[in-house]
Amino acid sequence: MNIHEYQAKEILRKNGVAVLDGRVATTPDEAEVAAKELGGGLCVVKAQIHAGGRGKAGGVKLAKTPQEARVHATALLGSTLVTHQTGPEGKEVQKIFVEQGCDINQEFYLGMVIDRVTARVTVMASSEGGVEIEEVAERSPEKILRATIDPAVGFGDFQGRQLAYGLGLPKESVNKAVAFMRGLYKAFSESDASMAEINPLVLTKSGDLVALDAKMGFDDNALFRHADIREMRDVTEENEKEVAASKFDLNYIALDGNIGCMVNGAGLAMATMDIIKHYGAEPANFLDVGGGATTEKVTEAFKIILSDENVRGVLVNIFGGIMRCDVVANGVVEAAKQVNLSVPLVVRLEGTNVELGKTILAESGLDIIPADDLADGAKKIVEAIGA
Amino acid sequence: MSILVDKNTKVLTQGITGSTGQLHTRGCRDYGTQMVAGVTPGRGGTDFEGIPIFNTVVEAVAETGANASVIYVPPPFAADAIMEAVDAEVALVICITEGIPVLDMVRVKRYLAGKKSRLIGPNCPGVITPGECKIGIMPGYIHTPGSIGVVSRSGTLTYEAVHQLTQLGIGQSSCVGIGGDPVNGTGFIDVLQLFQDDPQTEGVVLIGEIGGSAEEEAAAFIKEHMTKPVAAFIAGQTAPKGKRMGHAGAIIAGGKGTAAEKVQAFRDAGVAIISSPAEMGKTMAAAMG
Repeated sequence: MNIHEYQAKEILRKNGVAVLDGRVATTPDEAEVAAKELGGGLCVVKAQIHAGGRGKAGGVKLAKTPQEARVHATALLGSTLVTHQTGPEGKEVQKIFVEQGCDINQEFYLGMVIDRVTARVTVMASSEGGVEIEEVAERSPEKILRATIDPAVGFGDFQGRQLAYGLGLPKESVNKAVAFMRGLYKAFSESDASMAEINPLVLTKSGDLVALDAKMGFDDNALFRHADIREMRDVTEENEKEVAASKFDLNYIALDGNIGCMVNGAGLAMATMDIIKHYGAEPANFLDVGGGATTEKVTEAFKIILSDENVRGVLVNIFGGIMRCDVVANGVVEAAKQVNLSVPLVVRLEGTNVELGKTILAESGLDIIPADDLADGAKKIVEAIGA
Repeated sequence: MSILVDKNTKVLTQGITGSTGQLHTRGCRDYGTQMVAGVTPGRGGTDFEGIPIFNTVVEAVAETGANASVIYVPPPFAADAIMEAVDAEVALVICITEGIPVLDMVRVKRYLAGKKSRLIGPNCPGVITPGECKIGIMPGYIHTPGSIGVVSRSGTLTYEAVHQLTQLGIGQSSCVGIGGDPVNGTGFIDVLQLFQDDPQTEGVVLIGEIGGSAEEEAAAFIKEHMTKPVAAFIAGQTAPKGKRMGHAGAIIAGGKGTAAEKVQAFRDAGVAIISSPAEMGKTMAAAMG
């Protein structure tokens, strides 16, 4: 789960990480009031969307007066911002963040992720602030400093000092950097974050360190123990169909093709997408119905797949190991009737009671194309839509 | 011979009184696995269909001599359950549970260092040595004893591979699901080493997917250390970047962990590439010559 910049900064502030004073606004009036509350001087008006690259796309504006903040807010709110991370359709700006300005001396990068190789949280710091870390890793990997955090001890101040001196910070700012990183790790570990990124981390002219931008993502599997973070979810930033699917415990990801897929198991679901491509067509989605493909879940899955207007055919691929194929077949028949299926449907069943499952499909009176195996299923659906 | 489990393995179930624990304890027992104990705190002294239940793992091990544990405990409590089994020095700990917070697994992984247990999973189907011992949720009947090892990050896709092998009359020595989470216990390399050292295993099917670099590391290991033929499939060739494809670990992050990179690494290591998931069995058969 991802959150907005202003929400990430709220979490950081609570954990003792230095951030600038700011207010979130949803109307030009609120933006003007916010700018006044911040002292009426220089402030920054920032579009709040779940995507990076806002600055380059014109989503971050300097305002010298509250009146100017209002003008920028009027222009930004309701506009669609297209950045390199939003895709060509862009994202609508519904909220802005009005933040104090600051005197920038130098910009750095600071990030934390869970490194799969060491199975630990890794801190990355770089003197290349304001640049995407992937780009730095590609171009000048020697400029990325790393520290690996032992979960039994937590972040060590010595690690903070190593990074701070490594970045070339002036000596009077080193302890401030250590405190900043310690706070960031606290925020990260206590909220079950999956990533935290401060880019840029700014050294001000007065020698302070402050998070100019902040991005945090969280482990979906840990949200059960973070009610406060669950409340920060902004479903308008997510794909509508993916949100609907998550309500039924279905794992759905929208894609660009025209063959809808319904599969049990994530690996098999990915493999099913791959084999559709192998036979020359493109999958419209990833969908894992999970272990218990009940009639209700299958029905909801069909509805979500068919709500994508690009879908011209559906391939159901169920490897019922423990799950019985007759139960799945009944679910598919029932669901197909309920949604008045009007596109070709190919069903491949394998596993316990497979013959009974096939009989149920054949006797349903529905126009279901049975498939014998994975390749047969993929070939038949690609043929059926005439791709 | 086989790897990890055989007919002498004595298994205890952690979370035996939950519906999943019950279903699969029964399934494994019916397959012929020696299910010797169950653990559910507060239910000690009772039994599940004749299998004695204990309050703690340490007690279950002392009383029954269990040397493997399978965990079906729900995600919020699963990390603790793994550590309990490790503390009791159970040699093989297999965690089926899906949805454990990653930072919990980071702590578990730290706890495992220097301990005597091997962890398989979490978020995996388990381990089976066909005809001898099944520990986990895989359908036993699709397997057949033989000489091909299977190691995979996926569940149902592994069943697909095993099914294809069996249809072609090719049996399996052992099949190991290492799980789809970003931080797990045993990786590809450990399992490949076990297959390489196992006299019964003559070839290996490896099933990977997008995300992380475990496949690239496995490819480097194969090139250096494996003399047995390996066939590999990577799921997620059509997966978009930045989207988690069901498994917590299946995500192309920062442009890294794509299927194309992994396939290339395997190709460079001389591994037989399975280009279509319908040809996992056939490709392995061809690689065996």
